[in-house]
Amino acid sequence: MMEWRRIGLGIAAVVLGACAPGFAADEPAPLADRAAAEIVAAIDEHIRTGWTDNEIEASPTADDGEWLRRVYLDLVGHIPPVEVTTAFMEDKAEDKRDRMVDTLLDDPHYVRNMTTVWANTLLGRVTPERTSRAGMEKFLRENFARRRPWNEIVYDMLTAEGKYEENGAVNFLLGQLQGNPNREDYTVEATARASRLLLGMQVQCTQCHDHPFNTWKQAQFWEFDSFFKQIVRNDVDKYDAQSGRMVDDYSELNFRDYSGPVFYETRAAEMKVSYPAYFGRELEINSSTNRRLEFANLICRDDPSKQLARSMVNRTWGQFFGFGFTKPVDDMGPHNAPSHPELLEKLTDEFIAANYDVRRLCGWICKSEAYGLTSRFNDRNTVDDPANGEVPLFSHMSVKSLTAEQLYDSLLIATGAHQAGQASYEEAQAQRQMWLAEFLRIFGGADDQEPTVFAGSIPQALMLMNGELVNKAVSADSGSYLNSVLNDSRLRSDNQRVQQLYLSALGRLPGRKEVTQLGAFVKSHPNKLQAFQDLYWALLNSNEFVVNH
Amino acid sequence: MYKQTTMQSFNPAGMTRRHFLNHLAAGSVTTLGAMQFLGQLRTHAAEVQKNRKACILVWLGGGAPTIDMWDLKPESKNGGEFKPISTAGDLQISEHLPKIAQQMGSLSVVRSMSTREADHDRGTYYMHTSYVPNATVVHPTFGSVVSYELGKSRPDLEIPAFISIGGGSMSPGFLGMTNAPFVVDSQGRIQNAEMAGMDQQRLGQRLQILGAIEEGFIQSNRGDVGQAHRDVYQKAVNLMKSDQMEAFRVNREGPEVRTAYGDTPFGNSLIMARRLVETGVPFVEVRNPNGWDLHQNVFTTLRQTNLPMLDNGISGLVADLKDRGMFDDTVVVCMGEFGRTPRINANVGRDHWAASWSVLIGGGGLRGGIAVGETDNDGLTITSETYLPGDLWATVAHALRIPLSTVHTSTRGRPMKIANGGNPIKSLLT
Repeated sequence: MMEWRRIGLGIAAVVLGACAPGFAADEPAPLADRAAAEIVAAIDEHIRTGWTDNEIEASPTADDGEWLRRVYLDLVGHIPPVEVTTAFMEDKAEDKRDRMVDTLLDDPHYVRNMTTVWANTLLGRVTPERTSRAGMEKFLRENFARRRPWNEIVYDMLTAEGKYEENGAVNFLLGQLQGNPNREDYTVEATARASRLLLGMQVQCTQCHDHPFNTWKQAQFWEFDSFFKQIVRNDVDKYDAQSGRMVDDYSELNFRDYSGPVFYETRAAEMKVSYPAYFGRELEINSSTNRRLEFANLICRDDPSKQLARSMVNRTWGQFFGFGFTKPVDDMGPHNAPSHPELLEKLTDEFIAANYDVRRLCGWICKSEAYGLTSRFNDRNTVDDPANGEVPLFSHMSVKSLTAEQLYDSLLIATGAHQAGQASYEEAQAQRQMWLAEFLRIFGGADDQEPTVFAGSIPQALMLMNGELVNKAVSADSGSYLNSVLNDSRLRSDNQRVQQLYLSALGRLPGRKEVTQLGAFVKSHPNKLQAFQDLYWALLNSNEFVVNH
Repeated sequence: MYKQTTMQSFNPAGMTRRHFLNHLAAGSVTTLGAMQFLGQLRTHAAEVQKNRKACILVWLGGGAPTIDMWDLKPESKNGGEFKPISTAGDLQISEHLPKIAQQMGSLSVVRSMSTREADHDRGTYYMHTSYVPNATVVHPTFGSVVSYELGKSRPDLEIPAFISIGGGSMSPGFLGMTNAPFVVDSQGRIQNAEMAGMDQQRLGQRLQILGAIEEGFIQSNRGDVGQAHRDVYQKAVNLMKSDQMEAFRVNREGPEVRTAYGDTPFGNSLIMARRLVETGVPFVEVRNPNGWDLHQNVFTTLRQTNLPMLDNGISGLVADLKDRGMFDDTVVVCMGEFGRTPRINANVGRDHWAASWSVLIGGGGLRGGIAVGETDNDGLTITSETYLPGDLWATVAHALRIPLSTVHTSTRGRPMKIANGGNPIKSLLT
């Protein structure tokens, strides 16, 4: 059975997976695992060299609670359910972290999470006009679920034609094509975004002038742009009898004839001409050349510079660590040397050797020593502070703000909504969409926000303090999560109930000081139910809850 | 090989500037050296204290047919059904704006806007930010710029420095969510600001527990994020408890005030804008609730709905600001994302047009009663100097005493001139 057909197992699969036995010790690990172990060891060695060279000491390994919450948020997009946390903490096996990574990579929510991450990256958080987010997501979901090689996914997006829901791959370019198709800058955004997001190269500055810090010339931008000259969007309207007006029907991406060169103006008002070329490899063009096919082929299947793979490795590393090997992750090139050049090349080669399998790349990163470290600084690595502009040495994990999607899905987990199971899949999705739209309005639409910068705002705080979602989460009605905790016969004291709430919200047990403080609060409160409500409200509103650390 | 020192020398562009900005914790005035900047702050401290300047932007979403409002062409086949009338100023406007006509001694019309973006999204972005959309960066809407520049010098302001009534404003871009438009509806309702059935005591209790939990994370040696979160919550709590929330309650005004603004939801939004400016808010954007994308039946719609509501609202606002002695400190701008075609289409409508159109502007010490720039007899081309949104916002910045030398730095470290380096419109300056 193909993995992507296993719909609906959801969290249940995770819970079962966490308890499933691993490979017995005397059984040889499968070949793929041995290769993975070697790659992980190489990552660890390169990262350790950086620590030694800079005379710093790494922070200790994160404890189980900190690590599990992190790997859940990063791989499946939400915090771990309390029963998984408890089982994981009790599991004494040495390889339990590696097994957990594998389990989560097989979870359908991994596919959902990667789809969300990449739809946001490719389209931005605010869907461009007459572009189908649903179509884009469907394309990504199917491809990630089938573990399709990344270079083939990109090839599809660069070459796609057709209607925006039938062929979801068109939406990446479609979203960048706005305005008058006869203007010379019609494809400029498509060129700029494709280069930045897929190749990690900020050529857009060179639209107007030679790059100030590197050797890229203005000509290069227009050489790239020449490849996109044969596309045009077609917006089809239909008559709506109810309103008596024409309304949107669908949009599509079509081929159009274009055989000439591209003309552009330099800052000295000099007109120049450019032909399609990729890093100096010029394309022989005649009237029958399909330029996008040629371009996609150069980038995805025939590029000795390996830039597509290198860019994906850098971006994915940044997705997990908060910082890539370059800052920002999508500005690579001679002017912006990477922090760990040899490791970046090693991972690029291994990613290509693994046939561009994104899932395996994620696995290597999550199993690395650096990924498993605590986010606390120690006395010997305070200089490793990339948030302050230093080169990252990955001697401790960085703290990332939860995205709107992570926050919403985590609130559901923290309130046991995954166990209730009454709502149908469609209902749940519809409700999620509604809430996310609201979240996004309040959280803002910037899609180049650095994950490690806290971008909280007053409306966001108000929403979490007073909004319906958290109100529901701390409800004490019968059937509510709090009620189930209070009535759970396995919990024998208020201290144990406080512990349970900490595990649900923060994935860890309270410290001694917290037990004392909060225990006293609960004990002295005339209304126990209210006391637990207030405690849970505070946990869900805390700084610790809204970050991934 | 991995030494940080060597790495930094590879990267002169990003690191040092970012580092410097982090320490400055402001990141705005990068044209001046830090010492010079601090010196200026001291010299102008008294002046900054006195700056009560504000801007009210009235947004006509969809793109208003300014040829039927501010720049009529009665002699041309493009002129349409409306006649011009004389005003208290040195210019004529539409016969369907008679009350504004009486205030035109204090307001002016820029008739030579030429803004190239005739698509709703792109035009809305361009007119709000002074920049055309660009894949590299999200530019801040001008309300966010004003919030960033003037908000910090108003320590007594407990409500946000940029309020958007009725929604529809743009993003704060690289200036960050603290300068985002704070959106309320036309009744002044703030989402989630009221705690359902929760008394102050219980809220206090919750905040106390929250404080204890947050303290633990702040002390856990994980960087600044924990404290940043606490700061935002503190602001949100201050807002919920603030007396300045009264500014959102238009029903505190007597019926005669509401009548003077036309007693419509739009009129009430403008009253709220005035109350907010009185409280110290430096930028309020009010979305006019009418649809202005008039591809059909342009004259009927304008005559019956759009213009009477606008006429009452704007004239009421200007009169009220004058009565309260606020007009010379408050710039009023009224515009949409573009104008509409001089040519009248087959559905008696006008389509999108960015080549030659008008904006209404006045107050804040700007010159009133004049038409700036002119179009030809058919309204098709501009026969004078043309203006961009950057010029308009530079004019507003000048009136608000925000230095035009101000440069902001994008998240990618790129310097951006305020109002895209536009020049104030000279004939509006007094």
